[in-house]
Amino acid sequence: MDLTQLRAGEKARFIGVRGGWGIRSKLEAMGIRPGKIITKISTQIMRGPIIIQVGNTQLAISYGISKRIIVEKI
Amino acid sequence: MRKVLLMGNPNVGKSAIFSRLTGVNVIVSNYPGTTVAFTRGYMRLGEEKVEVIDVPGTYTLKPTSKAEEVATKMLKEGDLIINVVDSTNLERNLNLTFQLIKQNIPMVIALNFWDDREHKGISIDVKKLEKIFGFPVVPTVGVTGEGIKNLVERLPEAKAGTYDYEEKEKWHEIGKVIDQVQVLRHRHHTFLESFADACIKPSTGILIAIAVLYFSFTAIRFIGEGLIGYIMEPLFENLWKPLIMRLSAFLGSKGFLHNILIGQLVEGEVDFMQSFGLLSTGLFVPLGAVLPYIFSFYLILGLLEDIGYLPRLAILIDRLMHIVGLHGAGFIPMLLGLGCNVPGALACRVLETKKERFIAATLMAIAIPCMAQIAMIAGLVGKYGAKGLFPVFGTLFIVWIIAGILMKKYVKGESPAIFVEIPPYHLPYYGAVIKKLWMRIIHFLKEAFPFVLLGVFIVNILYSLKIIDFLGEISAPLITRLFGLPPEAVGALIIGFLRKDVAVGMLSPLGLSLKQLVIASVILCIYFPCVATFTVLVKELGIKDMFKSTAIMISFAILAGGVLNLIL
Repeated sequence: MDLTQLRAGEKARFIGVRGGWGIRSKLEAMGIRPGKIITKISTQIMRGPIIIQVGNTQLAISYGISKRIIVEKI
Repeated sequence: MRKVLLMGNPNVGKSAIFSRLTGVNVIVSNYPGTTVAFTRGYMRLGEEKVEVIDVPGTYTLKPTSKAEEVATKMLKEGDLIINVVDSTNLERNLNLTFQLIKQNIPMVIALNFWDDREHKGISIDVKKLEKIFGFPVVPTVGVTGEGIKNLVERLPEAKAGTYDYEEKEKWHEIGKVIDQVQVLRHRHHTFLESFADACIKPSTGILIAIAVLYFSFTAIRFIGEGLIGYIMEPLFENLWKPLIMRLSAFLGSKGFLHNILIGQLVEGEVDFMQSFGLLSTGLFVPLGAVLPYIFSFYLILGLLEDIGYLPRLAILIDRLMHIVGLHGAGFIPMLLGLGCNVPGALACRVLETKKERFIAATLMAIAIPCMAQIAMIAGLVGKYGAKGLFPVFGTLFIVWIIAGILMKKYVKGESPAIFVEIPPYHLPYYGAVIKKLWMRIIHFLKEAFPFVLLGVFIVNILYSLKIIDFLGEISAPLITRLFGLPPEAVGALIIGFLRKDVAVGMLSPLGLSLKQLVIASVILCIYFPCVATFTVLVKELGIKDMFKSTAIMISFAILAGGVLNLIL
């Protein structure tokens, strides 16, 4: 499943990114790499950014990019 | 001279430490990207004087934005690195630390936010971390100055890191280090964290945003008007006026020198908005009319910045910003532009692509009036209430949207999607908020005084040489026919290039109707940026893009002025 399908409050394991080397390296720079546990904090109306938490970092990621982020719910 | 680089992830408190080390005052805020250009300062290291550079924050040495490019380039010049690390976020921060170790430059680590770490239930074994890396690791709290002395004392012990690792195994190795030095205690969500989450949930977040914005603007108006009505106006009217009235009598109540210093008397008296002399209007505009609003705006902005609310607001209005080809982060330059367009223009650097920077800079210059201008407009049309204020700011908002939609469509390049870190909330540290407010006020006074006085002086020269009459005549078709303004209004358009607040003030003695005041205020905002903003924009965008941007501004000024003249 991708990040948009996860519900707010649920945890998931980060699997990878569909396409886009740029996004993968940005995620990596923030410490998000395969196997890492992320928590979805919230979504915004009208396909606004999705907010996730990894460790003590919160990130806002656009809906479009979130569609390409593959996770596995736990 | 040896160079010390302060490097670290965005928003880990580098600027606060820089300020402590060098005594140089820099703006410190709780969101990533406050430092977009590097700042230099100096400090003593024993007998030696060294240069300290506050490098923009970067997550990695493979740059992904303009600010990060600056950081990577700076690295080549460094003789010593102070790696500022957020101790509440060790793993992500060590990613950069590991990359810095490979650079073979002597370094030390400042474990910043040491106090927050305590609240978050994180223990870090500093001694063990030192042993692993082979260079000093010093806990610090930048905003209060805790640990800074220790950091300076240990700088001479800086060494290139000895930790060796395979690039492929980097994250694994980071994990190994973390396991050895960090212990997490379980703890409950604090109130601040629950509130932080509520601010970014759509249901509660939008309500909170409306409340925050409403409260902020009410407070800005209340404090600004209060200061003007109860302090500044009485000071000028009761103390300053008798003095300059005496000077006026001494000068014989007329003549060239009288006009320059005191200006025109209105019914035998000095009128601070209309007289237009250096000692009357020239002093009243920056101190009496504008300074109170500068104070109240930056007080509230400083609080919102330090708490960390702005990035959350940016996320909530991300969708709105997409209409104009930007994303949520493009909201920050707009907000800073409301204070002064110069920092607003600089803040455009946090945006990734050329297209975004062009749109953001142009929109800000076109439709975001600075606080000095807003204060003068409020003074001019405020007495009509919403009937005066709404058409001015409503028109600017419509222009902002339309110009944005057009630029999104026709400016070449990409508008990337949002991808930003949201900083945790901090309770504002009052010392830092006051210091920042003070710096901004000093900046305003330094920037405003010479230009306001020069503006008032030039106005008088232009009037006494009848140049304004002459220009009024040749521009009459545009000014009078299209905008419905009297020919003398052309003077305001000329002075507007120097200072917008003086230009708005020039409308005051013209005896304009409400409709004319609205049109003139709108045009003065849109047609061209003031000289300070213009200079920065040329540097940021380049001559060619600035030329395009200016063409857009002038077209919109003509369009908006013409349309308002027809429909009002």
